[in-house]
Amino acid sequence: MNKDRLIWMYKKMLEIRLFEEKVFELYGQNLVPGTIHLYAGEEAVAVGVCANLRKDDYIVSTHRGHGHCLAKGARLDKTMAEILGKRTGYCKGKGGSMHIADFSVGMLGATAVVGAGIPIAAGAGLSIKLRGTEQVTACFFGDGASNQGTFHEGVNMAAIWKLPVLFVCENNLYAMGTRQNRVMLAESIATRASAYGIPGVSVDGTDVLRVYEAARAAVQRARRGEGPTLIECRTYRHMGHSRIDPATYRPREEVEEWLRRDPIQRLRRGLIEGGHLSDAEVQVLERAVAKNVESAVEFAMESPYPSSEEALDDLYA
Amino acid sequence: MREISYRDALREALVEEMRRDKSVFLLGEDIGRYWEGAFKVTKGLAEEFGEERVRDTPISESAIIGTAVGAAITGMRPVAEIMFGDLTTLAMDQIANQAAKIRYMFGGQAKVPLVIRTPFGGGVNIAAHHSQSLEAWFMHVPGLLVAAPSAPYDAKGLLKAAIRSDDPVMFCEHKLLYSVEGPVPEEDFTIPFGVAEIKNEGEDVTVVATLFMVVKALEAAKTLKKEGISVEVVDPRTLVPLDKEAIVKSVKKTGRLVIVSEDCKTAGVTAEIAAMVAEEAIDYLDAPIKRVAEPDTPIPFSPPLEKHVLPDEKSIIKAVREIA
Repeated sequence: MNKDRLIWMYKKMLEIRLFEEKVFELYGQNLVPGTIHLYAGEEAVAVGVCANLRKDDYIVSTHRGHGHCLAKGARLDKTMAEILGKRTGYCKGKGGSMHIADFSVGMLGATAVVGAGIPIAAGAGLSIKLRGTEQVTACFFGDGASNQGTFHEGVNMAAIWKLPVLFVCENNLYAMGTRQNRVMLAESIATRASAYGIPGVSVDGTDVLRVYEAARAAVQRARRGEGPTLIECRTYRHMGHSRIDPATYRPREEVEEWLRRDPIQRLRRGLIEGGHLSDAEVQVLERAVAKNVESAVEFAMESPYPSSEEALDDLYA
Repeated sequence: MREISYRDALREALVEEMRRDKSVFLLGEDIGRYWEGAFKVTKGLAEEFGEERVRDTPISESAIIGTAVGAAITGMRPVAEIMFGDLTTLAMDQIANQAAKIRYMFGGQAKVPLVIRTPFGGGVNIAAHHSQSLEAWFMHVPGLLVAAPSAPYDAKGLLKAAIRSDDPVMFCEHKLLYSVEGPVPEEDFTIPFGVAEIKNEGEDVTVVATLFMVVKALEAAKTLKKEGISVEVVDPRTLVPLDKEAIVKSVKKTGRLVIVSEDCKTAGVTAEIAAMVAEEAIDYLDAPIKRVAEPDTPIPFSPPLEKHVLPDEKSIIKAVREIA
């Protein structure tokens, strides 16, 4: 893979990680209203997929969506402002952490109803097909969503109509506190693809290169008009389900094992060992990313809250 | 003016809008060339526009609406058909949480030009899963426009306006209206949402009715006229937005109000309109508001049972007499 792309992926993954750490920190200071679902640990999935996408391609996201937004090209500052409920946020403070959207980069929004984005992504694929463009849609969802009826309905619909959609399942093993093996007998979610007559692949979601390759094949297939692919990315969230969750239901050894497989450290090692970047160059890059995240926080903190009358904007019925 | 059926008026609206705008397409169960719609509204459309734009879907209501939402936010104007209104319950998340909320929740970034056509109502003996009237459910969700045409003219004009709307529309039809005929202009026209029509002018009692109940209210008005009671029949035509002004104006004139709707009485269409009039025109009322609605039962199958629970001309006449 070419060096620029590798570096872009590292930078993006790091950006997401540092962004999420900031969100966590601000939450601890009572500066983030509501709840948060952090993407830390899963960065390789969004970045590996979005590295294959063009600006006019679409993604559909979930309640754990900050990483998807940033990977697709949403701005750090407007994303952070939205999470803080500020007027300068992407949704003018109407959506918050669970509902960020940036239509200008094809980020069609995060829905917080588990599995609801799957048919919507199929619909964006249908729209592409009817308009006759070469765009594709990537739909992110979790292992829990694959048990929703909308998964069956949406994947089937995309399959029969050969829609240009990537169904990207972020299997982090737990739907809130419920481990995957308690709620499905199939060991791999990818095997469900065969029920719809489409390819299903399962990859190590902590290895951005594996995710990138799987997504690249799926994007090529989609752009050729051959239909959707189900990609299961086996990953792990480094934190609990939401801010209040200490995640005590996960065995310590399991957590430690997955933390050792940190996707960012993994790529960092690869970059240095592969001779793409020197230690010093990596550090320069890391400082730059940290600075960008810091400015996004400043922007968000300095931004005003919406005025109360703005609750009545964008209404029509 | 020529007279055509409500069904043909709807079809004409679809055809005209599909010819006018390539982004308009239809999807739903059995709407294509093999069945042409359970109520034949889409007859002949697959022939003219092809299977890409008149799409038969699997039996997947949630994905029908979900894909329509996804297409709508990316530049298309889908018109989804849900075969029976009762089955909108299967797609309720996509309707109420997604379609209705996207524009607001994303701070105005997206529009959702989506129409969901579906027939409500009883009277054809198909029992509890195919006979309900759920219009009020959709009135309760901020972010949905709700149309409820009672005549062929309104059906055509409102459907064309719905398809051109940038916001999602629940387009409520009624099974017993499909074959009803009435005058409909051949030319292009739309009816704005939020404008009621006085279907019959009168002096003594205002009857606000929707969908098939407008037909029944007009029959009741005819009978009551012979008794010397002059009934004004007001059809809101759209429930969201509701033409409050027209209803209040009629109430101010007559001082008496009967509200008729086929949906359940509790928290239903009649409840909303009664509350609105109580807030805005109670001083003009010379008698209590009467509501004629379904008495909060599932719709039973057997003809005498179904007849008993559905409002009709008789129950409207009775209510009017009580306050006239």
